[in-house]
Amino acid sequence: MTTRIGVVTFPGTLDDRDALRAVRVAGAEPVPLWHRDKDLHQVDAVVLAGGFSYGDYLRAGAISRFSPVMETIIEQAKAGMPVLGICNGFQILTEAHLLPGAMLRNNHLHFICRDQKLRVENAQTSWTADYSAGQEISVPLKNMDGRYVADERTLDELEAEGRVAFRYLDGNPNGSLRDIAGITNAAGNVVGLMPHPEHAVEPLIGTGGTDGLGFFTSILKKLVTA
Amino acid sequence: MARVVVDVMLKPEILDPQGQAVQRALPRLGFKGIADVRQGKRFELEVEGPVDDAALARIHEMAETFLANTVIEDFVVKVES
Amino acid sequence: MTLDTVKHATETPDVEQPWAELGLKEDEYARIREILGRRPTGAELAMYSVMWSEHCSYKSSKVHLKQFGEKTPENDAMLVGIGENAGVVDVGQGYAVTFKVESHNHPSYIEPYQGAATGVGGIVRDILAMGARPVAVVDPLRFGAADHPDTRRVLPGVVAGIGGYGNCLGLPNIGGEVVFDSCYQGNPLVNAGCIGVMKHEDIHLAKASGPGNKVILYGARTGGDGIGGVSVLASETFDDTKPTKRPAVQVGDPFQEKLLIECTLEIFKEKLVAGIQDLGGAGLSCATSELASAGSGGMRVELDTVPLRDATLSPEEILMSESQERMCAIVAPEYVDRFMEICEKWDVIATVIGEVTDGERLEIFWHGEQIVDVPPRTVAHEGPVYNRPYARPEWQDALQADDAGKLPRPASAEELRAQVLQLVAHPNQASKAWITDQYDRFVQGNTVLAQPEDAGMVRIDEESNLGVAMATDGNGRYAKLDPYTGAQLALAEAYRNVAASGARPLAISDCLNFGSPEDPAVMWQFAEATRGLADGCFQLGTPVTGGNVSLYNQTGEVAIHPTPVVAVLGVIDDVNRRTPIAFAEEGQLLYLLGDTREEFGGSAWSEVVHQHLGGLPPAVDLDREKLLGEILISASRDGMIDAAHDLSDGGLVQAVVESCLRGGKGARLVVPDGLDAFTFLFSESAGRAVVAVPRSEELRFTDMCGARGLPATRIGVVDGTEVEVQGSFSVPLEELRAAHEATIPGLLA
Repeated sequence: MTTRIGVVTFPGTLDDRDALRAVRVAGAEPVPLWHRDKDLHQVDAVVLAGGFSYGDYLRAGAISRFSPVMETIIEQAKAGMPVLGICNGFQILTEAHLLPGAMLRNNHLHFICRDQKLRVENAQTSWTADYSAGQEISVPLKNMDGRYVADERTLDELEAEGRVAFRYLDGNPNGSLRDIAGITNAAGNVVGLMPHPEHAVEPLIGTGGTDGLGFFTSILKKLVTA
Repeated sequence: MARVVVDVMLKPEILDPQGQAVQRALPRLGFKGIADVRQGKRFELEVEGPVDDAALARIHEMAETFLANTVIEDFVVKVES
Repeated sequence: MTLDTVKHATETPDVEQPWAELGLKEDEYARIREILGRRPTGAELAMYSVMWSEHCSYKSSKVHLKQFGEKTPENDAMLVGIGENAGVVDVGQGYAVTFKVESHNHPSYIEPYQGAATGVGGIVRDILAMGARPVAVVDPLRFGAADHPDTRRVLPGVVAGIGGYGNCLGLPNIGGEVVFDSCYQGNPLVNAGCIGVMKHEDIHLAKASGPGNKVILYGARTGGDGIGGVSVLASETFDDTKPTKRPAVQVGDPFQEKLLIECTLEIFKEKLVAGIQDLGGAGLSCATSELASAGSGGMRVELDTVPLRDATLSPEEILMSESQERMCAIVAPEYVDRFMEICEKWDVIATVIGEVTDGERLEIFWHGEQIVDVPPRTVAHEGPVYNRPYARPEWQDALQADDAGKLPRPASAEELRAQVLQLVAHPNQASKAWITDQYDRFVQGNTVLAQPEDAGMVRIDEESNLGVAMATDGNGRYAKLDPYTGAQLALAEAYRNVAASGARPLAISDCLNFGSPEDPAVMWQFAEATRGLADGCFQLGTPVTGGNVSLYNQTGEVAIHPTPVVAVLGVIDDVNRRTPIAFAEEGQLLYLLGDTREEFGGSAWSEVVHQHLGGLPPAVDLDREKLLGEILISASRDGMIDAAHDLSDGGLVQAVVESCLRGGKGARLVVPDGLDAFTFLFSESAGRAVVAVPRSEELRFTDMCGARGLPATRIGVVDGTEVEVQGSFSVPLEELRAAHEATIPGLLA
C-alpha cells in the first residue's frame, strides 16, 4: 500500500501545489485536502502548506485554524498522526495550540525571501529522522510574519526537552527568540517551521538545492516501517 | 443597534516593531514628547438585540478564542451606546 | 436628486453638463451628442468621458501604435495579437503563453503602496482573463534620485506594495529593473508585467456573444474606489498646488484576487464561459462596452443588481468605480448554476447583472428606468483619434553634439580602479537585493532563474522541462539622446538578456512611458521611439503582442526622459540547459563576444563619474544581435558555456563584477590588443556578452563563433578571489561586494 500524505488547501494557501510535488518527489502519494472537508481521506500524515490563508487577516493562521478540516487534524494530531506545518502552516499550528508560542511580524517589518541556513537540532521527530542532529541545511525562507515568540518559561521548556527542531544560522532573519526556526511537540509527530523545505527538493529549481527533501523522505520511511 | 468595541493590544512584554517605527517617525514629523507607541487593533461589533450579560459573555469568549491570540495579546471589551 | 434617464435627457436638451470637469474637450462632447442624437445622460457622459480618456482610448498614441500591426514580422508563434487583454504566443507542446507589461505610474506616486499593489493586481487579471494561469510577475521600476527624500517615501511603499500584493497571490517575482534618475522625481515609473500559461484550447477572448447569455459580475463588491481615477489620475499632469483635487486611490485586496484566480481557473477548466473581461480602469463602463463592442449583439444590464460595498453610490459612480478584484463573464444560461457553485466554493460573490441581446445597443437600467442607450463601439473602440503635432526639439542637436567621448578619462591605474568601485556602488549599478528580497521568487516551485540573473525563467511543464524566460529593459538616457535608437537598444538588450539565459526570444510587450503628448517635442520622442521599436521588432522577427502607453509623465513643463520599456519573452525546450550569470568554476575561460568601440554617450560611466548626459547612444546592429543570440542559444543547448552575462549599462566591468560576485570566484582579465583598459572596461557598445567556457569546450566554441562570423576574444580566466586587470589594477572580491551591496540598504533601510 502506498503512503498517502495530505496537503491542505485553505483559501489563500499558496504553496500547496509545491508541497504536493515534494511529497511525490519523495515517493509518497500526494492527496489534496480541502479546508471545508472534515474528511482526511485516509491519509497517513498531513502537511499544512505555506501561503497567506485568509490573507493573513486578523492574524496569520487565525481564521484557518477554525476551519472544518482543522477539527479533524487537531484531533488526529493529538492521537499521534504526523503533521508538518510550513510557514503559514506553522502559524496555523500555533494558533491551534498544537505547538506553543506565536508568530509576529518580522522585526525589520519587511517581507524577506532568501536562501536560509538552518541547523537541525532534533533529528528524532517524524519529519527529521533522515537528518542528523547538528546537520546544517539550506532552504528558502520567505515570510512577513516569521518572528517566533513565546514566554521565557516556554522557551526554557522547549530547550530542555529538545523541542527546538531548527535554529537559524548566519544571522537571525526576523528576530525570532533564541534563533528558533522550527519546533516540535513533545511526541515528535507535530513539527512546524518557517522556512520552506518543499522549495528545496529538486536541483535547478529555486535555490537549486535538495536539502529539504529529507522532511518528506523522513516521514515516508517512518510510515512505511510503522 | 448597539456597538461593542473590542480593543486588542500586544502584551506589554512583546516587541512591537510597528509601534516603534511609528515612534521613530514622530520627531521627524515634528511631533515631540511621545515616549512610547504601541499599535493595536480595534474591532467594532454591531450587535443585533440587547447587549445583556449573556451577549457580553459571548463576545468575551469570541475575543478570547478568535479576535485575540492570548499567547501574545490582551483585549478589552467596551460597550458603546 | 432626480435620475437622469434617457427619456429625461431627450426632454431636456439644454441642460448644462460638466463635460470639461470630466476631462472631455468641447468637440468630443459635441461628437457624443451627434452619436446619440441628443444630449448624453449623466451615466452616458461618465462612460464616454472615462472611455475616451487618454488612458483608455490611446487617442494620442493610436496613429503611431498602428505600426506594430503593419510591420509585424513573419512569425507563426503569434496566436492572439494586439487588441485583446494581452497577446498570446505558441511556445510548443500545445502550450500558449500570454504576457503583458502595464504602467501604474501616477497612482503609485500618490499612494505608493496601494498604487503599486493594484498595478500588480490589474496586470494579473488581464493575464487571467485570457484563460491562463498566471505563473510569474516582473516589475520594471524607475524612481527619482536615490538620495532624494521623496524617493525614501515612494520606493519603500512601491516595493512593499508589489511584495504585499504579489507575495499574497503566490506569484514568483522573477525580474524587472530598478533605475534612479532625477528626471523621474515626481513621476516614478511603476510598470508591472505578468506571464500566464495555458493550453491552446483554453484561450479566452473578451467578447459578448450569443443572445440570451448572461452577464455575470463576480469578485469583490463595488465601492467608491478611484472614481474618476482613470481619467483624472492618468490623464492630467500633477499640479502640486492643488492636492485636494487628487481623488481617492483604489485599495487592493490580494486575498480576494487569489480566490478570483483559483475560482476563474476552475470555471475555465469546465468551459463555462463564452467571453470574459477583467475590470480595471473605468470599471464596469469599460468591461460592458468592450464586451458588447467585440461581440455580435447588444447587451442589457440592470445596474441596481450590482453588489455594493457602499449603498449610497449613484449609478454614474457605479459605472466609473475602479474597485479592484472584479471580473465580468458571459455565460450561457445552462451553465449559470454550475458557475455560481464554483464561485460559492471559493467564497466569491457572483451576480447576474444582465444579458446579451440580439440588438446593437448597450442598454443600462437603474430600478427599471433606462439610463444608458448607446452603440457600444462608439464608447469602446471608436473614440477620438488625434494626429498630434510633433517636432524634433531644438535642443536635440546641442545635446547630441555634447560628445561624452571628450570627457576626461582616468589618467592612472589608481584612478581606473577607483572609478570601477564608484561604478559598481552607484545606486543604478549596485545590488538590488534589498528590494528583490522583499518579493517571493520561489512560490509555485518552478523558478529556474530570478533576479539578479539576466532573465527570469520558469518551468512550465514538469515532464518535458519546457520553460519560458522574460527580461525587461529600458534606458531613458539613451532614448533621450536618440529616441529611435534608444527604443531599439531597449529591445536589443532585453532580447540579448533572454538569449544569454539560453532561451529563444519569441515576442515582445512594451510599456511606453513619456511626457505630455500636447508637447510637440514629447510627441516627436514618442513617434521616433515607436518607429524604432516597430522597425526593430520587424528585423528581429519578434512581434509586439500588446502593451501599454503612459503619457503625461511630467511635472510642469519638464517631461521624464522618454522611457520605452521592452519585455521580451523567450522559450527554452529544456530548462536544464539554462545559462546562469555566475562564474562558478575556476579555470574556465572568459570570452568577450562582439565588437567594442569607443561608445560612452549616455553611459553609466558618464553619469557616475561626470554626471553627464550627451552625445549619441551606442550604435545598434540588430543583425549582429540576432547572430549573438543564436550563438548564445546554441552554446547553451550544446553545453559549450557554463555562464553568460549580457553587456549593457556599466559595460564589461559591471558584468564581470556581477558574475564574479554571483559565483564567488575572481577573474583575471587581459586587455585585448587594439583596446585601452578604459574602453575595454567601460564602453557600452551593444551586441556584446561575456561567457565562461570550460577549457574542454574552447575549441568547439571558438570554431562555432568563427564559422558564423561572430568576433570572440579571449579576455581572461575565472580565477582567485580578486578581479584583476593585468598590468593595471586588482580589487578583492570582498571589497567589490561591500561596495556593490551596501549602497541600497544604506539609502533606504
